[in-house]
Amino acid sequence: MSALSPRALAIVAIVLALAAPHLVSAFYVTLLNYIGVYALVAIGLTLLTGVAGVVSFGQAALVGIAAYATAWLTTTQGLSPWIGLGFALVSTLAAAALIGLITMRLKGHLLSLSTVAWGLAIAFCFGNVDGLGNFTGIAAIPPIYLGPISLGPSQRIYYLILAVVVAGLWLARNLLDSRVGRAMRALRGGALLVESVAVDPFRARLTAFLLAAAFAALSGWLYAHLGRFVSPSSFDAGAGIEYLMMAMIGGAASPLGGLIGAALITWAKNAIQDYLPLIAGGAAGQLEIVVFSALFILFLQRARDGVTPYLAALLPWRPAPLAPAPLLPRRALPSPGAPLLTLEHVERRFKGLIAVSDLSFEVKAVEILGLIGPNGAGKSTTFNLITGALAPSAGAIRFLGETVTGKRQYVIARSGIARTFQHVKLRPRMSALDNVLIGAFGRLSSGVFRAALRLNRAEEASARHDAQRALERVGLGARAFDLAGQLSLGEQRLLEIARALMTDPILLVLDEPAAGLRRAEKQALADLLRDLRGEGLTILVVEHDMDFVMNLVDRLVVMDFGCKLAEGPPVAVRADARVREAYLGGVA
Amino acid sequence: MNLDIAAILTVDGVAAGAIYVLVAIGLVLIFTVTRVIFVPFGDIAAFAALTLAALNDKRLPGTAGLVVSLAVVASLMEAYALYARGRVKTIPRALAWYLLAPLILVAVTGGLSRLDPPVFVRALMAIGLVLPVAPLLDRIVFRPIADATVLLLLIVAVALHFALVGLGLLFFGPEGVRTDPFVDASLTLGGVIISGQTMLIVGAAIVFSLALYAMFGFTLAGKALRATAMNRTGARLMGIRPARAGTLAYLAGSLMAAVSGILIAPVNTIFYDSGFLIGLKAFVGAIIGGLTSYPLTALGAVLVGMLESFAAFESSALKDVIVFSLLVPVLIWRSLLSDEAQEDVEE
Repeated sequence: MSALSPRALAIVAIVLALAAPHLVSAFYVTLLNYIGVYALVAIGLTLLTGVAGVVSFGQAALVGIAAYATAWLTTTQGLSPWIGLGFALVSTLAAAALIGLITMRLKGHLLSLSTVAWGLAIAFCFGNVDGLGNFTGIAAIPPIYLGPISLGPSQRIYYLILAVVVAGLWLARNLLDSRVGRAMRALRGGALLVESVAVDPFRARLTAFLLAAAFAALSGWLYAHLGRFVSPSSFDAGAGIEYLMMAMIGGAASPLGGLIGAALITWAKNAIQDYLPLIAGGAAGQLEIVVFSALFILFLQRARDGVTPYLAALLPWRPAPLAPAPLLPRRALPSPGAPLLTLEHVERRFKGLIAVSDLSFEVKAVEILGLIGPNGAGKSTTFNLITGALAPSAGAIRFLGETVTGKRQYVIARSGIARTFQHVKLRPRMSALDNVLIGAFGRLSSGVFRAALRLNRAEEASARHDAQRALERVGLGARAFDLAGQLSLGEQRLLEIARALMTDPILLVLDEPAAGLRRAEKQALADLLRDLRGEGLTILVVEHDMDFVMNLVDRLVVMDFGCKLAEGPPVAVRADARVREAYLGGVA
Repeated sequence: MNLDIAAILTVDGVAAGAIYVLVAIGLVLIFTVTRVIFVPFGDIAAFAALTLAALNDKRLPGTAGLVVSLAVVASLMEAYALYARGRVKTIPRALAWYLLAPLILVAVTGGLSRLDPPVFVRALMAIGLVLPVAPLLDRIVFRPIADATVLLLLIVAVALHFALVGLGLLFFGPEGVRTDPFVDASLTLGGVIISGQTMLIVGAAIVFSLALYAMFGFTLAGKALRATAMNRTGARLMGIRPARAGTLAYLAGSLMAAVSGILIAPVNTIFYDSGFLIGLKAFVGAIIGGLTSYPLTALGAVLVGMLESFAAFESSALKDVIVFSLLVPVLIWRSLLSDEAQEDVEE
């Protein structure tokens, strides 16, 4: 089976695809053309929906903008389809940028509902704007010319479509394996994690949306010059859900799923049109959409991940071996003892409840400071205030001398504060290595284009090497290619620390890192944290496990009812009467 | 635009809005109890109108075939599910609910339709026939994935809408229908003629909204629904079955959608696919209410009706564009209101 490597398969597939117009009848060449055109939209949707987690019902409208743009320019203005391509891309991306800027901040399902709204609004425009042919559409669109050669015949435009689809797949795949791509992949499952590693989730989502729009634009342009006719019905709500169906049935988690889904759906539609009349007689037309929707629903009930994971399971998958490469540059760490993080009279109210009240303390550079207190003392709130997940109601927080009060979480993260979560936040379907690599976002620089064209290889090699080292430091070196979801809870906590280290932090803020760890693991964790301090890192740790804390930290801050109760070295705090009272409920 | 025109447009808008109120409140009800954004509610309304038209023509409405088909599929699924869980003894009871009850309903309606009943009885028959559709669809489509994310349920709901459009064409045919008005009376108020039908629509919207309010506030079933909406697990621990609460919500919602369909049939020509726009506009109203607040939803639905009415006067071609574009700022407003950090669970 060793011959069955993904690369060999891809080569066989491309050779077959190149020969296809000579192997099958003209009818099937046309079918293949449409599969390719639809696949582009679906590939874009895999990036947007499967990867970035934004379900869009409106892609058909974006395809429509591109198709109408080129149709209008080449018919009424008589310009070349190549100018039409530029116009289609520019107008679709402009529309998408406008829509994205407005809607990509929406939360949860509201975002998807907005795609229904603008999708419908745009679709209604096509039929109702004068100059776009109203409901009859625009006919007699010229074919694309490649020099003197007309791409009118379907056997010829086939090669253009094939080239675009293969290029699209290649670019999308490269992109996913990059700094921006990993940020997009991490979006699914909530913004808190991505913000903690210096990713602006709005920007990552907008990037995915614009990429999907670019794919839709290419598809729309090809569609217009393939069928040489556009009308509103091709871009309505039904078409929108059909694209979504292609991406989801194919398997929205990988771009290849878009192609497979488009092929399956287009082929199945054709087959249903062929065979349904044999079974259903005259009612076939009506039944077509019923059968189709029913299959889709059944599919969503039974196999939500699409067919690609099943196909992928048949292939031997070998992770790319880690090559030694220069490590990523580190930032300068402050000298020991200097004030690093300062809280001044910080207060946080939740309506009537005061969770944190007049809290002031300082974290000095290169110390391990423990934040402890009974349940409900306000530790987690303090934690969230420091990392920017919450904004204080009053008071100021300074990091490295700069006020960070009220700044967005990802901005604070970028300045050198890395955190872990009390309830572990990982991406269980990404490998441990990839989970750590998410943390490298702020230290790498490649943008979308460099990544898509594989110009980021040197940077990526360094990042991978660095990530592997981070895994080794926390004792997970051998688990690099296991899925994060397969690790035990204790290992997942360590993986979070590795990810935090990957951001090259100055201050490491750990939320109950020892919870769920076995005794030996706790010991190893304490050793690791001491080592890190030895390397110049500052660590703030919230923890319930008193043994762990007392033996680890340099100083302690004790909180109770939102206020600071005591501060000082562990021995002094342990002897403090007020602390004993808070924990034990009165001096015995 | 002068005041007279504005008054006429307002009356039109309120009438259209009242229709949307009925459907939108059903949407909110279903969403709060089952987390399904039941896009096909508009289709239920359209099916009610088409059913009434068929009954008026003394034809057996296509709904009969639709209900029987759905009942058979739902019964098979329920029977198999019970068998797989080893609860064979409860299968007859399930069949009585899922198969027998709908069949009896269809038989009774079929029998009654031969007796040439008066129009109000026909309207009741139409509503009765449409009622089982949504609960049966719930059993077939949503029950197997009751714990899925809101988003997945939404995708399924949209797909279901398209299936229903196909089924509508199959069972009702492509012809549009327009039934006779229930009342011929009209009222002139300050120079504006308000038709009896308009008053009927607005009246129905008010009555059913209040009835729903009363049910929620004062009956045990209503309280069970509210409990399920707030916390599924908690309600389950209190002995409430979420599935049954869901069925109840679908029934109540279908009642409102069916009433709206019956009332709109004399005003607009209804086709098998007319439900889409009714449903979506009601949906805009429901979003204004955040898919949770009934009073805000009612207000939002009336607002949509008004907006549509005035937009149609300014530019009839672009009225739908305007209505759906409006949804975007509404969503932004709603998103800003929900300040809790919504963390979607990884699927």
